[in-house]
Amino acid sequence: MKFTTFSAFVGPSVVMMLLFIAFPLISVFVQSFQVTQPLYEAVEVETCTPGFLTQTCVIETRNQPVLGEDGKIVTETRWVGLQSYANVLELGRAWDAVSAGSWRALMAIDFWKALRFTLSFTLLTLPAVIALGLALAVAINNAGKRLRGPVIFVSLLPFIITPVIGALSINWLFRGDGILTALMERASGQDISMFAQAWTIEVLMMLYRVWHVAPFAAIVFYAGLQTVSSDSLESALIDGASRWQRMKYIVIPHLMPLILFVGMIHLMDSYRVFEEVVGFSSQGHVISLQWLTYDFLQPDQAGNRSISRASASAMLTMVGIVILLIPPLKRSWRDHRKAH
Amino acid sequence: MATALARQPVSLKLLSSGFLALWCLVAAFPILWIAVMSVKSPVDAFDDRFWNVVTGPATLANGSGVSVLGIALYLAACWGMVRLVARQMPSLIGQIPPRRRWIGWVLGAAVVTLGAALVLFVLLPTLLAVLNPLAGPLGRDVFGFTTEHYRTVWIERGFLRNFQNSMIVTCGVVLVSLTVGTLAGYGLARSGSTLAFWILIIALVFRALPHSVLVAGYLPVFINSAEILRPILGDAAPTLYGKPLAVIAVLVAINQPFTIWMLRSFFQNIPADLDEAARVDGCTHFQAFRRVIMPVMWPGVITTGLFSFLLGYNDFLVTSLLLDAQNQTMVPAIAGMFNRETTTTDQVVAVAAAVSITAPLFILVMVFQRQIVSGLTAGAVKG
Repeated sequence: MKFTTFSAFVGPSVVMMLLFIAFPLISVFVQSFQVTQPLYEAVEVETCTPGFLTQTCVIETRNQPVLGEDGKIVTETRWVGLQSYANVLELGRAWDAVSAGSWRALMAIDFWKALRFTLSFTLLTLPAVIALGLALAVAINNAGKRLRGPVIFVSLLPFIITPVIGALSINWLFRGDGILTALMERASGQDISMFAQAWTIEVLMMLYRVWHVAPFAAIVFYAGLQTVSSDSLESALIDGASRWQRMKYIVIPHLMPLILFVGMIHLMDSYRVFEEVVGFSSQGHVISLQWLTYDFLQPDQAGNRSISRASASAMLTMVGIVILLIPPLKRSWRDHRKAH
Repeated sequence: MATALARQPVSLKLLSSGFLALWCLVAAFPILWIAVMSVKSPVDAFDDRFWNVVTGPATLANGSGVSVLGIALYLAACWGMVRLVARQMPSLIGQIPPRRRWIGWVLGAAVVTLGAALVLFVLLPTLLAVLNPLAGPLGRDVFGFTTEHYRTVWIERGFLRNFQNSMIVTCGVVLVSLTVGTLAGYGLARSGSTLAFWILIIALVFRALPHSVLVAGYLPVFINSAEILRPILGDAAPTLYGKPLAVIAVLVAINQPFTIWMLRSFFQNIPADLDEAARVDGCTHFQAFRRVIMPVMWPGVITTGLFSFLLGYNDFLVTSLLLDAQNQTMVPAIAGMFNRETTTTDQVVAVAAAVSITAPLFILVMVFQRQIVSGLTAGAVKG
């Protein structure tokens, strides 16, 4: 294919990605070193109140935003270097907390709290998703041919549901005296409140995520199971391998590329955990890195958005993504070199 | 020998099917449960006893319920309609010449939706009002059932407008990202150059980006876009913030990496001999694409379109930050409903809204299950 034809085909897509992905990335990078604030000036104002004989006048200096010719507030953009990063990271407070050995004090800082949750969420849900996905795939493969269709239909429901709605639907089962909380209370004889402390909310969020993603893993693995060569399974059977050994030495190695693929996708997606915080309204106890940026971007009571701090926290989130992506990118570069 | 492989002890079979049954229960229960909650009065919906939520005594006491006869009639009506549509529609549409067939599908879907609404919400209630007193014990209300929360959501809370906004954004995203993505996917599949490789790799990196990072880049530009664009466009310069078109563009771009990876893998499965034969016969690349590839690419395009639909429909982050209250889509609207200080009535209204959002997705899985599964197993990517 000639270059001009190629660029005619690919052009629109590349332009869109440059305009709406690459350009915002650069602008976030620049914004994170800048602060845009309304310009203030000190004005001496004389206010007089009518009084007997003479009026009483008070002169005071007031800070007020400068208005431009069009009547709008004039804003000023300043380079502040790493100031926004320092505001987000709060290194001083963090260092104090670390040197005092106080985990609780470190977790009082939003960024470190969000980082802790995001990382533990990602790493704890990963094995659960892979294990449940594998078990489901094997069970579906074991079921009768007639049953497979309906089972896959039901399994797709949690995967396809709007994430915020899915989280809400689990939330409603547990909120207050929701039926599952009531069930646990009756079973244990204790008063249980799932939304009063951070760790129970975290457990619910992880359960939700596993419920949401396991069907995807299961369907990918199920497709992989269809291509296991029955010859090698048969020879293993003749050699006297048990069911478990056949699974361990033939099926799992065959599925390994798919397991890596699902794991990679899950790492990327769960590092971006966000909808759970909204669906479980957990921002009082648990927040994630992406939610932190979202929160900075929301207008506060005065209608201001802290764009520069949001940009700084966005860039810090990016660092994690880059670290996650290095190994798979290296591998595909090696594959490409081999192919050509 | 194959039978020896398939032979399993009874205990293992029991374990496997028991596990599968348990999973189906876990998978479907939260969704079914919100559907049950949405038709009960607030007292019943948030009752802590399982059975009270299902039967709904307080709802019954308010005088809204459904009888055994009613349930039987509704089930029969649904079953009958599904049968009728499944049997009649394909042959009716088959009579239309293939080029206009999509109009037939769109019209058919509209007629079916209208007909179903008419039967379920107008015809059956009047019929039941007459039949229930005649049927004796079978006609007595046994389950609490009320549609008032749906009426509150759709009519009083103006959810209809949110629905329209969602549809505008979602359809826009699907159409534009398929048009742009199909061309790019084809180009990338047929070119083995290093440039194509780098485009794909960069797209992969872009796919991993958290969406909030990108939104942090858009917000200041979109809010001030009227001033930024004035030198170029004059007074016609729009403020992009709050405009559905701007959100469509953003979501299309966010979706592009996924779309081109997926379509590329579909195009790679179409043998390159096909377009080479067309080129030998004197077609240019574009003619080959239009006349030879387009007729055979639809399965892949439909599957990719489904995932684009899901991205646009399910999005919360981008739409909630970039749209103003007037153009709000359904998902951010429901989060707003839920976050306010609310009474239990408001909560049940939010549940009804949640069910309303989920219902189209349910139908989507029912109709397109095979395409969704093939998309998931297509290999490289996921939405």
